Amino acid sequence: MAEGSADMEMIDEGLRSELQKQGIYTTSLQELYNWGRANSVWPLTFGLACCAIEMIAASMARFDLARFGAEVFRPSPRQADLMIVAGTVTKKMAPLVVRLYNQMPEPKYVIAMGACAISGGPFKQGYNVLKGIDRYLPVDVSIPGCPPRPEALIHAIMTLQEKILNQKLTGPDRPRHLVAGAPSEFPVPAYGEHDLEPPSNPDVWQPPIMTRK
Amino acid sequence: METSQNPYLVVVLLMAVAVAFALGPLAAAWAWARVFSPKKPGRDKNAIYECGLESKGDAWISFRSEYYLYAIIFLVFDVETIFLLPFAVSFGGLPVGTFLAMVIFLLLLVEGLVWAWRKGVLTWK
Repeated sequence: MAEGSADMEMIDEGLRSELQKQGIYTTSLQELYNWGRANSVWPLTFGLACCAIEMIAASMARFDLARFGAEVFRPSPRQADLMIVAGTVTKKMAPLVVRLYNQMPEPKYVIAMGACAISGGPFKQGYNVLKGIDRYLPVDVSIPGCPPRPEALIHAIMTLQEKILNQKLTGPDRPRHLVAGAPSEFPVPAYGEHDLEPPSNPDVWQPPIMTRK
Repeated sequence: METSQNPYLVVVLLMAVAVAFALGPLAAAWAWARVFSPKKPGRDKNAIYECGLESKGDAWISFRSEYYLYAIIFLVFDVETIFLLPFAVSFGGLPVGTFLAMVIFLLLLVEGLVWAWRKGVLTWK
């Protein structure tokens, strides 16, 4: 086995497949690192509402999340690297969710599961419901549905794995945890008089502005 | 050169290998974490409690000493029941010494019940 450099561009794809046919497998540190990360995504044991039931079903024998190395639901954020926001995030719960995310070690990912975690869902008009966890946390994969089926969660995990596998460890697009200056924690919102303060984190939440002509 | 081999040398060797087998992965994990893990400490991450809530107050709180009465009642009505069933099942074939020991045990618990009764714990207030 030949070791390539961290930069994947060094190996020509055609040469790689030719070598593979001859029984010589080449890899790079980046590929190994991403392969390891993608196949050991440990979610946080953390459910907020009915989507959590689907999440539990996905981890059980019928849907068997273990096939993706993601069955080890950790009861502590210190050991988890994936936060599945499964359910309605109330404004009372939002600071706790952000704090839990802050306590997870890098690299970490977020899956927003279900309409509620994405946008507030059917409770969007509610005075006490956060209109999407992406206002405070960088969401990697969103799963629509109310609630999404376990297959949808499995698809989201596979999408996340694909995302991890395609990450470059060097250059401007490298993951956040490898950027030395990137902040380690996101500001935890406080309970204000009428709403959470701040109502969103402008560093994370940049909704597109629609201009009508 | 003649060397008399200690028969326990194999055991010592096995122990050394076992310890290395246990400590090796730990050391490897520690070294990996030291070299490669991105260190991003922060206020929340270094916090003690990991339930989403912020911890408040002191861990050194005192419990009321009156709780010993609950312990006595628990022994009388819960632990005693566990012992009573096997006692009843094997009652016919028990030697005298065992019987006496069991009766003393029961009497001790009954004494606790009398104590709790006189303290007024059994009266609903």
